[in-house]
Amino acid sequence: MAEDKGDCVEAVHLLYHYLDGELTTERRVLISQHLDDCPPCGQAFDFEAELRVVIAQKCREEVPPELVERVRKALEQE
Amino acid sequence: MEFMPSLYTAALRMTRNPADAEDLVQETYLKAYRGFGGFEQGTNLKAWLYRILTNTFINSYRSKKRRPEESDIEDVEDLYLYRRLGGLEGATAGQSAEEQVLEHFTESEIKEALDSLPEQFRIAVLLGDVEGFSYKEIAEILDIPIGTVMSRLHRGRRALQKRLYEFGRQRGLVAEPQG
Repeated sequence: MAEDKGDCVEAVHLLYHYLDGELTTERRVLISQHLDDCPPCGQAFDFEAELRVVIAQKCREEVPPELVERVRKALEQE
Repeated sequence: MEFMPSLYTAALRMTRNPADAEDLVQETYLKAYRGFGGFEQGTNLKAWLYRILTNTFINSYRSKKRRPEESDIEDVEDLYLYRRLGGLEGATAGQSAEEQVLEHFTESEIKEALDSLPEQFRIAVLLGDVEGFSYKEIAEILDIPIGTVMSRLHRGRRALQKRLYEFGRQRGLVAEPQG
């Protein structure tokens, strides 16, 4: 990633919007094109996408079975 | 109760306390049941439940343990963690050395890093990255403008990376800074 290159700066600036699927189609295509052409940016984006997956996977909690029962009973009493 | 695992996960990250998280989930279900008439059929049920959960948390649970540090965080640069993992060698096919480091973070480290964020940033990252809500959905759940969602989410993510980097250094997963 060459920090002095405008395309790289622009891509990193829009990193989260891109990964979040919150860009217009036109901008999304431009960023995708840059990521294909610029391996350092492509790798950085891959890393950020993987980090997102790891965070989501490792934050999951098991529901305590007694909670399910407790909520079921509370709803029955309504 | 198909959304309970998600709601419980969110409740635990919000309250940081299993007993409060269970109470919060139960209260959310009761409020949802009583208020189901207010739910617009065909709209997003999960987002609606999260809105109840979040409002209940803010109104009933947060005040109990409100801490003065809740307002702001230091902002750090984009790609904070990635840049500090630069120069690692030993990548295997299909995955960079940097990505392999991520696998070494334990569940408790990831949760602790998230728990360490001030509440407004923690909730934004939770809704965006753990639950996968869009900016618009998060804005509706939290009743804040989309610009505020983006600011909280992006800053929260960067702060989370800084915390993970600190864990990585403590465990020797990442190199000490040079010089």
